[in-house]
Amino acid sequence: MSIDTSKVATTNATTAATASKPSKVGAMATWADERLGLATAAKKNLRKVFPDHWSFMLGEIALWSFVVLLLSGVFLTLWFTPSMGEVQYEGSYDPLRGVTMSEAYASSLKLSFDVRGGLLMRQMHHWSAMLFVASMMIHLLRVYFTGAFRKPRELNWVIGSLLLLLGTLEGFTGYSLPDDLLSGTGIRAADGFMKSMPLVGTYMSFFLFGGEFPGESIIPRLFTIHVLLIPGLLLALIAAHMLLLVYHKHTQWPGPGRTEQNVVGFPMLPVYAAKAGGFFFIVFGVSALMGGLLSINPVWKFGPYDPSKVTAGSQPDWYMGWPDGALRIMPGWEFSFWGHTFPFNVFLPIIVLPGLMFTILMLLPFIESWITGDKRDHHLLQRPRNAPTRTAVMVSLMTFYGLMWAAGGNDIIAITLHASINQITYFMRAAVFIGPAIAFFITRRWCISLQRHDNQTLLHGYETGIIMRSPEGGYSERHLPVAPARAYTMTARDRDEMPALESETDANGVPASGTRMQKVRTKLATLMYTDNVQKPTQEEIEEAHHHAEHEHALQAGLDHAADGHQFDGHHLVDEEHLRSH
Amino acid sequence: MSDQNHDHDLVPSTFADEPIANPGLPPHSWRPTDVDSKAEKRAERQVAALFGLSMVCAVLFLVSYFVFDVGAEWDTVGGLGASNVALGLFLGGALLFIGIGIIQWARKLMADHEIVEYRHPARSSDEDREGTLAALNAGLEESGIGRRPLVRNSLLGAVGILALPAVVMLRDLGPLPGDKLEHTLWRKGMRVVRDVVGTPIKVSDLQIGDLVNAEPEILFATDSQGEPVLEGVEVQVAKSKCAVILHRMEPDDIIPGKGRENWSVDGIVAYSKICTHVGCPISLNERTTHHLLCPCHQSTFDLTDSGKVIFGPAGHALPQLPIAVDDEGYLIAQSDFTEPVGPSYWERDPQ
Repeated sequence: MSIDTSKVATTNATTAATASKPSKVGAMATWADERLGLATAAKKNLRKVFPDHWSFMLGEIALWSFVVLLLSGVFLTLWFTPSMGEVQYEGSYDPLRGVTMSEAYASSLKLSFDVRGGLLMRQMHHWSAMLFVASMMIHLLRVYFTGAFRKPRELNWVIGSLLLLLGTLEGFTGYSLPDDLLSGTGIRAADGFMKSMPLVGTYMSFFLFGGEFPGESIIPRLFTIHVLLIPGLLLALIAAHMLLLVYHKHTQWPGPGRTEQNVVGFPMLPVYAAKAGGFFFIVFGVSALMGGLLSINPVWKFGPYDPSKVTAGSQPDWYMGWPDGALRIMPGWEFSFWGHTFPFNVFLPIIVLPGLMFTILMLLPFIESWITGDKRDHHLLQRPRNAPTRTAVMVSLMTFYGLMWAAGGNDIIAITLHASINQITYFMRAAVFIGPAIAFFITRRWCISLQRHDNQTLLHGYETGIIMRSPEGGYSERHLPVAPARAYTMTARDRDEMPALESETDANGVPASGTRMQKVRTKLATLMYTDNVQKPTQEEIEEAHHHAEHEHALQAGLDHAADGHQFDGHHLVDEEHLRSH
Repeated sequence: MSDQNHDHDLVPSTFADEPIANPGLPPHSWRPTDVDSKAEKRAERQVAALFGLSMVCAVLFLVSYFVFDVGAEWDTVGGLGASNVALGLFLGGALLFIGIGIIQWARKLMADHEIVEYRHPARSSDEDREGTLAALNAGLEESGIGRRPLVRNSLLGAVGILALPAVVMLRDLGPLPGDKLEHTLWRKGMRVVRDVVGTPIKVSDLQIGDLVNAEPEILFATDSQGEPVLEGVEVQVAKSKCAVILHRMEPDDIIPGKGRENWSVDGIVAYSKICTHVGCPISLNERTTHHLLCPCHQSTFDLTDSGKVIFGPAGHALPQLPIAVDDEGYLIAQSDFTEPVGPSYWERDPQ
């Protein structure tokens, strides 16, 4: 297609960029700049470049759903009463009229049935909380699998992990507030969790609940934590997360013209301001549709909290499911000695395990850079296959998470599959250890296979699907070289380099301190890189192409290279010649 | 961009021996809306139409707000409530059309030239580092913090000790546990009553295999003025500890624990309803096996055998309430529980 582009303007503006008469806006800007000096910062950032890729949008979902949470949350506080004072319900919902309940529950019912749009806001708030946590998790996986956490972005990884932790706690405190039977059961379990801590547990429980469970302080205290403490921390950390993102500039995928030294993409103003701003409305709109069309947490069906009642199939919100699963499959190991009881059966799965998992999560970038000894800045993303061990580690962690999560629904699985809950539990006890190991092995080998496939494609071309018959009657599939841009992109990665072992003895012949750690490190690096496939060298590629041309000359039978697309209906065939027999 | 060469080793310039040369950025290609004024006008109309649809939705939102009732009609339209569905749909539409419109505008009409910006190492330049260090040292030197350890240490001590008031201030968050967890309201002779209506229970009320949720009579007691003895938070605390389940089986099925030979009445046993794992009320009864299953984490207790844990994560048996029958034939407690009920805690004496 030939288009005359000589008359196309290079910007969308219809007039030349000449200085116009000072306008009202201009005068205001001058007034502000003389006091705030914003022009210096704005000049640098208004046209800041952001690279484009669909996966960079995942974190944005988290950001915008947080804004939706703030907006819908403020609306809810206008009616919600965070009090455990007893009232008799006299609202619109028939089945509970006349029932004694806490003011928190009564005001949740009021929001659901007597405030127009109240149920919508409640459901939007709950749905966007789920979107918030889910998108943070998927964003985390994207960042990990593509190596975007590497230097200089390790601290932003830590901030992100803290955001996930705080977001989870914010969710727990939030769904505990309505004081319905289900949320009360969650708080009851949380009381048991706290009491499992040696020495301090009982005191923590009495201090948090203002006395014996359930007391009358927990809902107002959780409310303050939910609407003030954690949102404040979240806001501060999100601000830091975004500032670091801007300072480091966004990572990008390698490709023609895209290197470690530059960032290629569209400017903040207008394209990203529009796309991101538009995306806010889309996240907000989707939350509204979900709030309107999908019922969530129908607290009126559960009834008010009563410590002597429970419903079958009690489960926390999904992001709390995995520690709950650990709690379910843990054997009942309770230790008692010298007049004390140590409920290890609760302490290990619910206090130690989540803390341990979050610590591991936050340390991942530091562990990797320690093993590889790689202290360079990295701004180009890696495909997951090109870091097989890293990818396998995360898939292994995901498998652990997934199995624990499934264990948290062991009763649901038992009912759905008509299976024995005992056998499911026994199975899960083994599976949470064996599953991640199998997942690690499979993922690693899978990545290496994909690397091999990439090299095959680079060296011998892609499979065209054209079967050639040679004069001797042999059949072979024709391979054609990939386009140069794609070939470059496939090779735009580092070769894996073993970290150099620092000298084992210092100048005086004394073993250098840390030599043993050095050896461990080398061992780990060896394990990490074993069997990884390195990209071909220039000679290998030339050699392969030369060979391929030779083969084609022998086998082709066509007087020109077939690209396999002549007769696909999208191309003119006038000048193509079919072979006549 | 002039400081690019600085710290060059931090940002690798090329990949080690690149087998294929970087072909450079592909040339920009024009979109139909860049070169065809008809397409441009069409895109403009599309964007404006999307914004228009948003306005329509916003108006419909207002209409729905006033037209549809909440309250009595909360479960129309598939149990979701007409008001909720309409408000959600139109708010969603109003927002989505703005979002889609802006993005369409960005994709079709805003310039789509890719721009290249250069990166710089995250670290500061060596001059900046030295300058900062010099300023810091000058400041510290002038403060004399290094030369006057007495001032420095006493300040650190004073600030450190401030942590104590901050922590002690939290003391009144709640009372100390004391022995509160060891006792419940059950007393010798207190009747076992049904948990919802508060009526006392006779042996003959229970068939073999039956399970009855029960509470101590005091939860339903009233004083001389007719006011309840227990109110509000006291009721909730009492319920979280006193709740029991009564279960009847063949007397021969019971394997009485040591010293528990006469804790049951004609095959009726009473056990705490609060799980010893993390405190959920236990409610799932296996009628024929006399096993009791907690719905939260599936701990299973054997009521024929002193409430021992036979499956699941719970660490110890359900506490048993010794029961008897009073002169009128109603079930009563022989005493309080002989051990703490509910989840384990550090101070709990395992006996």
